[in-house]
Amino acid sequence: MKSAGGSHTGTGTWLLQRATAVALALALPGLMIYFLAALPADFAGWQALFAPLWLRVLILLTMAALAFHAWVGMRDILMDYVHPTGVRLALLLVVIVTLAGSLAWLGAILFGATWGAS
Amino acid sequence: MAERPVFLNLLRIYLPPSGWVSILHRISGALLFLVIPLGVWALSVSLSGEVGFRSIAERFAHPLARLSLLLLLWAFAHHYLGGVRHLALDVHWGTDLQRARRSSLAVLLAAGLVTLLAAWRLFA
Repeated sequence: MKSAGGSHTGTGTWLLQRATAVALALALPGLMIYFLAALPADFAGWQALFAPLWLRVLILLTMAALAFHAWVGMRDILMDYVHPTGVRLALLLVVIVTLAGSLAWLGAILFGATWGAS
Repeated sequence: MAERPVFLNLLRIYLPPSGWVSILHRISGALLFLVIPLGVWALSVSLSGEVGFRSIAERFAHPLARLSLLLLLWAFAHHYLGGVRHLALDVHWGTDLQRARRSSLAVLLAAGLVTLLAAWRLFA
């Protein structure tokens, strides 16, 4: 039986999940240390933490990896527990829109007009 | 042959530690997925200006918000450690029963320990 939400994609998504897992396992602790080491109490300090371009690029790349990772994970969960094809596809669509939307929104926050102005 | 359907009492089924790591990996993963848009929203508000920054800071000061943060920290710690264990199993490291069982216990305990440390930092 073909699985709703992508047939013949098993090995590819499995590998994608592992590759993004490794990327996230390296990037997330690094980002956490960066922020926790200099957690500021005021807005100016908070904004200054996001000033370096490399950091903003790193955050967005990490978020992209996270989006792919979460997509595969949620897809696995939906395939295991949600059996009516229509409902499963609808939920998968919600997952994709949520992740793509979050990624785009984060991009707008980190590289939007506010940064050009400040 | 037993009567069908069989109603299983999920709470009375013995689940080995690796089974707990597995199901909690899913639950924590789903939880972390749900919080992604919330995190982006919080970042957006906190970077929008002085007022937004303070409103987010005030939200985080609330005990209920800290409790949620603690739950998320557990979810992240468990998902991370369980994930690293999974990657190790993928390359056939520690797949024999005894070591797999011990590493699953280690994941459960370490995630709990991280959560306790975070609780101490957040509430003490």
